[in-house]
Amino acid sequence: MAQVAEHAPVSLSEGTQTVYDHYRRQVRTRRIYTLIALVVFLAILAASLNFANAANSGKFFERLPYFFDFLRSFVPRDPLEIFRAMFDLASPYADGSQKYDYTSERIWVTDWFYVPNYVYQLIVTINIAIVSTIVGATLAFLLCFFASTNLMGAGIARFVVRRVLEVLRAFPEIVVAGLLTAILSIGPIAAIVAVSLHTIGALGKLFYEVVENADMKADEGLRAVGANWVERVRFGIVPQVLPNFVSYTLLRAEINVRASTIIGAVGGGGIGEAFRLSIGRDHAAKTYAIVLMLLVTIIAVDQFSAWLRRRLVGKQAFDFGA
Amino acid sequence: MAQLALNDAERQALLEAYPAVFVKSFWQRYGLAVGAGVVAVYLVFCFFFFNVGAVLSDGRWDRAGAYLQDWYSWRAQPRLKLAAGQPVDVQWNNRAQYRTDGPIDWLVPASDGSVLVTFGSEADSLVVRSDVVTVNLNGQPHDVAVGASGVVLPEDAPEAMTLKGDKVLVDFGFAGSAEIRSSQVYIQRRFLGWANFWFDTKSAFWGMSLPQLVSTIVVGERIDPQMSNLQLAWRDFLGNGVWQHADIISKLIQTIVMAFVGTLLGTLVAAPLAFIAARNITPNRAANWVMKRTFDLLRSIDMLIWALFFTRSFGPGPIPGIAAIFFTDTGALGKVYAEALENVDDKEREGVKSVGAHTLEVQRYGVVPQVLPVFISQSLYFWESNIRSATVIGAVGAGGIGLKLLEAMKTNADWDKVAYMVVLILAVVFIFDNISNALRSRLIGSRH
Repeated sequence: MAQVAEHAPVSLSEGTQTVYDHYRRQVRTRRIYTLIALVVFLAILAASLNFANAANSGKFFERLPYFFDFLRSFVPRDPLEIFRAMFDLASPYADGSQKYDYTSERIWVTDWFYVPNYVYQLIVTINIAIVSTIVGATLAFLLCFFASTNLMGAGIARFVVRRVLEVLRAFPEIVVAGLLTAILSIGPIAAIVAVSLHTIGALGKLFYEVVENADMKADEGLRAVGANWVERVRFGIVPQVLPNFVSYTLLRAEINVRASTIIGAVGGGGIGEAFRLSIGRDHAAKTYAIVLMLLVTIIAVDQFSAWLRRRLVGKQAFDFGA
Repeated sequence: MAQLALNDAERQALLEAYPAVFVKSFWQRYGLAVGAGVVAVYLVFCFFFFNVGAVLSDGRWDRAGAYLQDWYSWRAQPRLKLAAGQPVDVQWNNRAQYRTDGPIDWLVPASDGSVLVTFGSEADSLVVRSDVVTVNLNGQPHDVAVGASGVVLPEDAPEAMTLKGDKVLVDFGFAGSAEIRSSQVYIQRRFLGWANFWFDTKSAFWGMSLPQLVSTIVVGERIDPQMSNLQLAWRDFLGNGVWQHADIISKLIQTIVMAFVGTLLGTLVAAPLAFIAARNITPNRAANWVMKRTFDLLRSIDMLIWALFFTRSFGPGPIPGIAAIFFTDTGALGKVYAEALENVDDKEREGVKSVGAHTLEVQRYGVVPQVLPVFISQSLYFWESNIRSATVIGAVGAGGIGLKLLEAMKTNADWDKVAYMVVLILAVVFIFDNISNALRSRLIGSRH
């Protein structure tokens, strides 16, 4: 919106003057609306902040000076300790307590070869993410064709599938994990099911939007030679949408690594669980070890997924689609 | 598809004319099959890695049915204490669904000290006396003798009655079950719906049917002279001791507030920083690099870690939640914004520059109008997804409804409360999805 000059140019015909005045008036109304919206917005923000502060157990400004206390109290005795915790090496500070006892957590594969506990937990978490992505993407792939307008018209199947996907997407993951934990006891399967269900909902939506944007000429061609619905989907739609599907699935795999960490922390096993326990028990070195490993893993997964997407589908893969 | 009849010459001609279609490399031909095979092998590996078979067969699947029934029905669980020569004493657990003094139609004490418990009809019932419990199943009576030495399963007991350890279990299907021990009979009586959802037993409105309730509120005399019946009903509803509506609603608002404020602060901070991170806007490579790595760092430390960290600093509540969302979103939005800025059309900036605007004006009139729709649309997307994330990080102490959900699930008895909160969360997510969609299409037209 360019700035409007304060004074109209000198010689305007009557008609032009009317148009010009009209424009000025419109600009003014728009500005007033923007201002009102802004004020309302700020009021809501202030009220929200106030509400959050009142509901919190520690007040913001009271707690602010103690902000770094937690970090200060959370210093490992020496930096090498972090790596000892990470690789389950014996600590010189070992005093029999759990805090410095790393070696007992080793997971022995053979008599002389062990996997450090946290590395193993990380592998569990990543496997949870991969399995749930595979399961979720497969089911989303099967469902998405029934949810797209161009393939299903306005049928009841489309309506039902869309609602199912919406519920799967919005259903709180911790409830699924919690219910399964109560039945199966704490472990990765609860996390796999919870993350998979969410993945179906999230990917299903992105997938059917891609399908709806597909070029229907190929479909028409197949219809003309008498292909049935499955053949039309298989040969007309799938080849067009597959690159986008792959790209979205890889993006989801990235997100699922985080999701399985979080679900782990509320009872789904893996590194999330280990992390919550170590932070709750004040095990400084162990906590830093996990943070470091998570950081490296998530960056590595992001980079690998970005690289793979670039290789497989080119630059279009970088359109946003979380 | 119908087969075409081709002769050899035609076939040969087609093969030569379109080699790209008919002659494919190994990967083009079998790539998908190989990929599917690898995935299948991996899934088999994971089946053993996670020990799926053993975990599934060790699962307490009988619980699953009971827990799921708890979502849409409720159980009354009285204990009938038995003592020789004494009348049967009915005791309730703390989650009282009935008034202590009121009559209950399925649990009727008789004048001889026995208690009649009906499960749907007279044909399925228990007559509990201090020395013998008569179990009526489909109209057939079976006597279970109860003594200090234990309980005795009658010889003609049907399948629904089983002896487990020192107790006799009687299964009445959905209507409930009973556990007969030497000292007590433990009853589970199941009903559809959520008990006392609107008013608890302390409220004057307890037990009213809907027409009764409406007429009391609209035309009835004031129950409490201090306030109107509507006010009283509202107060009693919010103060429901079992369902804790006031608490749950305030926790839900906390979740919404966390997502809203966190995303908004993230947007407000990320937007100006993204101008520094964008190569075409800030020509300083070092500044670009530092800014982008800052975004990466903020984003790659998980929301969970931020939430736990801030919970330790500020105590449990919505502030750690806001801060966690704010930090991760600043990183994520900053990255997305910077990419949007790097994709702007430079012609508009040149145009604004050519009429003599200084740097700030170039950004304001040459860049902002182009990227504003993208910025707003991305922020709305993040807001939507953060309402969901806020539920989960709430469970580790960052305020909101997540912790309430986790607490309700840990008791393994409050699944109806879990269902209630799930319904609320689903409603909130749908409402805010729609608000966000409406805002998005209003602000930026239909192209996103």
